[in-house]
Amino acid sequence: MYAQMVKSTGTGVKSREEMSPEEAAFQARIDAGEKIEPKDWMPEGYRKTLIRQIGQHAHSEIVGQLPEGNWITRAPTLERKAILLAKVQDEAGHGLYLYCAAETLGVSRDEMTEMLLDGRMKYSSIFNYPTLTWADMGAVGWLVDGAAIMNQVPLQRTSFGPYSRAMIRVCKEESFHQRQGFDIMMKMAKGNAQQKAMAQDALNRFWYPALMMFGPSDKDSVHSAQSMAWRIKMNTNDELRQKFVDQTVPQAEFLGLSVPDENLKWNEEKGGYDFSEPDWEEFFEVIKGNGPCNTDRLAARNKAWDDGAWVREGLMAHAEKKRARKMAAE
Amino acid sequence: MAREAAFYEFLLRMGDNTLILGHRVSEWCGHAPVLEEDIALANTALDLIGQTQMWLGLAAEVQGAGKTADDLAFLRDAWDFRNLLLVEMPNGDFGQTLMRQFLFDAWHVLQLRALTASSDDRVAAIAAKAVKEATYHLDRSAETVIGLGDGTEESHARMQAALDYLYPYVGEMFLSDAVDAALVEAGIAPDPAALRAEFDATLARVLSEATLTLPAANRARGGGRNGKMHTEHLGHLLTTMQWMQRAYPGATW
Ligand SMILES: [Fe+2]
Ligand SMILES: [Fe+2]
Ligand SMILES: [Fe+2]
Repeated sequence: MYAQMVKSTGTGVKSREEMSPEEAAFQARIDAGEKIEPKDWMPEGYRKTLIRQIGQHAHSEIVGQLPEGNWITRAPTLERKAILLAKVQDEAGHGLYLYCAAETLGVSRDEMTEMLLDGRMKYSSIFNYPTLTWADMGAVGWLVDGAAIMNQVPLQRTSFGPYSRAMIRVCKEESFHQRQGFDIMMKMAKGNAQQKAMAQDALNRFWYPALMMFGPSDKDSVHSAQSMAWRIKMNTNDELRQKFVDQTVPQAEFLGLSVPDENLKWNEEKGGYDFSEPDWEEFFEVIKGNGPCNTDRLAARNKAWDDGAWVREGLMAHAEKKRARKMAAE
Repeated sequence: MAREAAFYEFLLRMGDNTLILGHRVSEWCGHAPVLEEDIALANTALDLIGQTQMWLGLAAEVQGAGKTADDLAFLRDAWDFRNLLLVEMPNGDFGQTLMRQFLFDAWHVLQLRALTASSDDRVAAIAAKAVKEATYHLDRSAETVIGLGDGTEESHARMQAALDYLYPYVGEMFLSDAVDAALVEAGIAPDPAALRAEFDATLARVLSEATLTLPAANRARGGGRNGKMHTEHLGHLLTTMQWMQRAYPGATW
């Protein structure tokens, strides 16, 4: 997902007996479905895990501007250009809401940005894949935003108030993005032979990276168990991946495109598709920084930040001067 | 000049300005100095592309050759473009982009304000919508020019350099030709020269607050709005912008 493999602190979920009275009261509030607000008492592990998760999610929105921004100047029509611009602008807005949510936990946006830029914090593996043709704008909206929605819809009910509220705003826009992506795919799938080939190629390249977005199977992960107990992770990775496949395969059929998986088969018994796992070795390489675009993505963000330093400093200096002049006048 | 031909030229001038500038601004997407600027720049580009759809849509209608706004945007070559040279100038650093935006906005607002009283209802309607957006753009770009001009030593020097670089392209906004004469005659659009005094006043006010110095007025560099001589930059911009339509002729997207 946008937040993959977020480590929670500690070694596992504590039993009631192991918890301090504060921890037990906190867990009881969560179990009762109450929202935790920034000023409330919370275990240090809860706070740290949330910072990692929300921060990673925010960074994903920001880095996620790059693969789509890559096609804004080449969009084939004025309308497509406007839609794509609006979408990328939304993603920057999502980044902003999420940084604000994380800031309520006591970490500033600038600190988080520094951690992204020097590699201490991660962003979703999906944005390390290149966008090579216009069809990729369709595939990204359809599959990537589609996968993001799978995760973010349940997170609207997450236990941390500011995160939950950010997710509610984000989800409204994400479903637009997915529809627009699907619409691009549809135009191409119903278009000429070249367009169809382009659409199929985009699906071929994005299918497995999209499945990786949910992270590796987490049935044995202690981190996941703790996050689920805290209601900052609402479903297992496998549950969400299955849901995504079940939703997406009929859509691909509708488009007349084939999912690049020979093992894909409807399983009547489980009421879902059987499908091939993505290449997890590739996933871990991408997470480690060895994906197709990791270097370029981080370099682009670093360049934007470094080139912008004089602008941020200039505007700050001006605000300072204005304040001083106002003080002097009073 | 015949009224219809002049009207078509005028619509291209309006639509090409917003198309080319919108494209330039959109090149920033994801690379701005701060997240709020990413959002603001995308928003500006979005407004300009929206205005382009209206101006070029009307141009295609007036042309009466069965073309669309997209045909005009993506299938004309450089010599058919009628935008001001100013808007095709490269982004440079953030300061140059914002200075270009400010100089354009300061003119654009005056032009659109005058067009809201156009004798052509369609023009007046587009202008009424666009002037609200342009006014907002001008507030923002002027504020940023002031902030960076009156910021640090470095930001001041960069803004002065941007102004020095771009100022020679300002004069073109106020050059009148036969097209303008025909438009004035028909009550469609104002005489460009008539907007100069108010433009200069805006510039003087903002630049003084920004502690920037207006460069000496050299001969205005023109050739964009009449298509006689664009800069070398335009061809590269079109190469990118028109790639898909050129590579896959006739496809719908
Ligand atoms: Fe998003
Ligand atoms: Fe997204
Ligand atoms: Fe999205």
